[in-house]
Amino acid sequence: MKIHEYQGKEILRKFGVATPRGKACFSVDEAVRAAEELGAQLATKVWVVKAQIHAGGRGKGGGVKVAKSMDEVRQHAGQIFGMQLKTHQTGPEGQKVRRLLVEEGADIRKELYVGMVVDRVTQKVCLMASSEGGMDIEEVAAHTPEKIHKVFVDPAKGLTDAEADDVARKIGVPEASVAQARSVLQGLYKAFWETDASLAEINPLILTGDGKVVALDAKMNFDSNALFRHEDIVAMRDLDEEDPAEIEASKFDLSYISLDGNIGCLVNGAGLAMATMDTIKLFGAEPANFLDVGGGATTEKVTEAFKLMLANAKVKGILVNIFGGIMKCDTIATGVVAAAKEVHLSVPLVVRMRGTNEDIGRQILKDSGLPIISASDMADAAQKIVAAVSA
Amino acid sequence: MSILINKNTRVVTQGITGKTGQFHTKMSREYANGANCYVAGVNPKKAGESFEGIPIFASVKEARKQTGVNTSVIYVPPPFAAAAIWEAVEAELDLVICITEGIPVRDMVEVKNKMRKAGSKTVLCGPNCPGIITPEEIKIGIMPGHIHMKGRIGVVSRSGTLTYEAVGQLSDLKLGQSTAVGIGGDPVNGLKHKEVLELFMNDPDTDAVIMIGEIGGSDEEAAAEWYAKECKIKKPVVGFIAGVTAPAGKRMGHAGAIISGGKGTAQEKLAVMEASGILTTKNPAEMGKLLKSVL
Repeated sequence: MKIHEYQGKEILRKFGVATPRGKACFSVDEAVRAAEELGAQLATKVWVVKAQIHAGGRGKGGGVKVAKSMDEVRQHAGQIFGMQLKTHQTGPEGQKVRRLLVEEGADIRKELYVGMVVDRVTQKVCLMASSEGGMDIEEVAAHTPEKIHKVFVDPAKGLTDAEADDVARKIGVPEASVAQARSVLQGLYKAFWETDASLAEINPLILTGDGKVVALDAKMNFDSNALFRHEDIVAMRDLDEEDPAEIEASKFDLSYISLDGNIGCLVNGAGLAMATMDTIKLFGAEPANFLDVGGGATTEKVTEAFKLMLANAKVKGILVNIFGGIMKCDTIATGVVAAAKEVHLSVPLVVRMRGTNEDIGRQILKDSGLPIISASDMADAAQKIVAAVSA
Repeated sequence: MSILINKNTRVVTQGITGKTGQFHTKMSREYANGANCYVAGVNPKKAGESFEGIPIFASVKEARKQTGVNTSVIYVPPPFAAAAIWEAVEAELDLVICITEGIPVRDMVEVKNKMRKAGSKTVLCGPNCPGIITPEEIKIGIMPGHIHMKGRIGVVSRSGTLTYEAVGQLSDLKLGQSTAVGIGGDPVNGLKHKEVLELFMNDPDTDAVIMIGEIGGSDEEAAAEWYAKECKIKKPVVGFIAGVTAPAGKRMGHAGAIISGGKGTAQEKLAVMEASGILTTKNPAEMGKLLKSVL
């Protein structure tokens, strides 16, 4: 699960990480009022208006602007609020800006990078830090890997003082600010660990003119398997930022992801679902979605899955690929027939079933009177659906 | 012969009283030598009772003491599953197979580090996996037993139904399996491709291996590099990687199946495997045929 920058900063502040003062706003007027309130406390009248969307690369897309007067605040907020912000992570259609963060301007002396993920090889939380803040860390990793410093944290001890200080010095934090950097790094680790984050990134982490260490940005993602123990984080979910089809799917315990092609796929198991998509591509077409109906697909679930796929206007055909193990093929076939009838299926449907009771399953499809095309294996199924949609 | 489990394995089921645990214990007991293999269950609140004649004990330690089990299978719900793994580790079992899907990554980080610090010899398979089967001897997990056939091909995979797909293709070609191992789709887990591949290479009754991977992480690359550089007894290995069409940054069902930071793409994995002498196919319907071609 993803959250907004301002929510990430709220979490970091709870763990003792310094951030600029600021306020989340849901309209242009609110942004202006927030800037006025903030302005009263500022020595230098500089504000930053930041678009709040879940994708990165907001600055380059024109979603982050510095204002030096209230007029500029209103002007920038007016431009950003409601815009379709396009970044390298949003796709070509962009993402509508519905929330703004208005912050005090910062006196940036140096920009650093710190981030955390779970490292799959060492099976520990990995702190990554670099003197090259503000940049795309993947670029830094690709071109100057020596500028990224890593610490693999022992979960029994947490990030130690010595580890934090060492990393801080390596990324160029001056001696006078090392103690502050330590509390930021340890706060970031605690925030990551205690919220069951899967990613926490501060880019940039800045050194200010007066030697303070401040998080100018905050990006946090969370392990969806751990949300059951974090009601406060679940409350931060912003459904406007998620694909409506994926939200609908999750209500029925279906794992669904929208893609760009025109062949809908319904498969049991994540690996087999990916393999089915790959086979469609292999035979010259593109999948419209990833859809794993899981182990216990009921008629209701299969029907919902059909509705989801068909809600996508691009879908010109559907491929069902089931390896029935514990779940029997006749059950699936009954579900497919019921679903096809309920949604008045009007696009070609190819079904490939393998496993327990596959013969009975095939007979059910045949007897249904529906124009369902049967396939013997995955390649046959992919070829048949590709041929059907291009006919 | 086989790897990891055989007809002499003695199994305790953790979570035997839950719906999933009951169903799969029953199915597994009906498979091959299962009636002799499944000898204990664990539930602290139901110690002294039994499930279909299988005695239930208060703890894994107690089950081990009373019945001599050496392997555990876990169907405990996600919030308690990591603790169940640790209980089996503390009871010093040889093998723990965790079927449970949806365990928080942090819980796995904790338990794996505790295992490492304790110098535990217990082998963990999973979590979020279909389990392990040695055909016509023993089935531990949720895979359909009847698609398997005894033989000399090893199968190792991160995903459930795709493993069944490979096994089904092999059985159709009359190529039986020595053991099929589902290592699971989570980012922090036990057995990796490399370790299972090593077991198969050293197993005198395995002639060749199908290795199935998916996007995310670098386990397949590590296994391929080990095969190319360190493997002493080399047998043919063929491979498939799911997720050529998967977009970056999207989690494809499994928690571990995600391309992040430009790493873990199918193309990259396939390239490393090919360079390491592992034949790969882009057509998952041909895994069995490809394996047959290298025998």
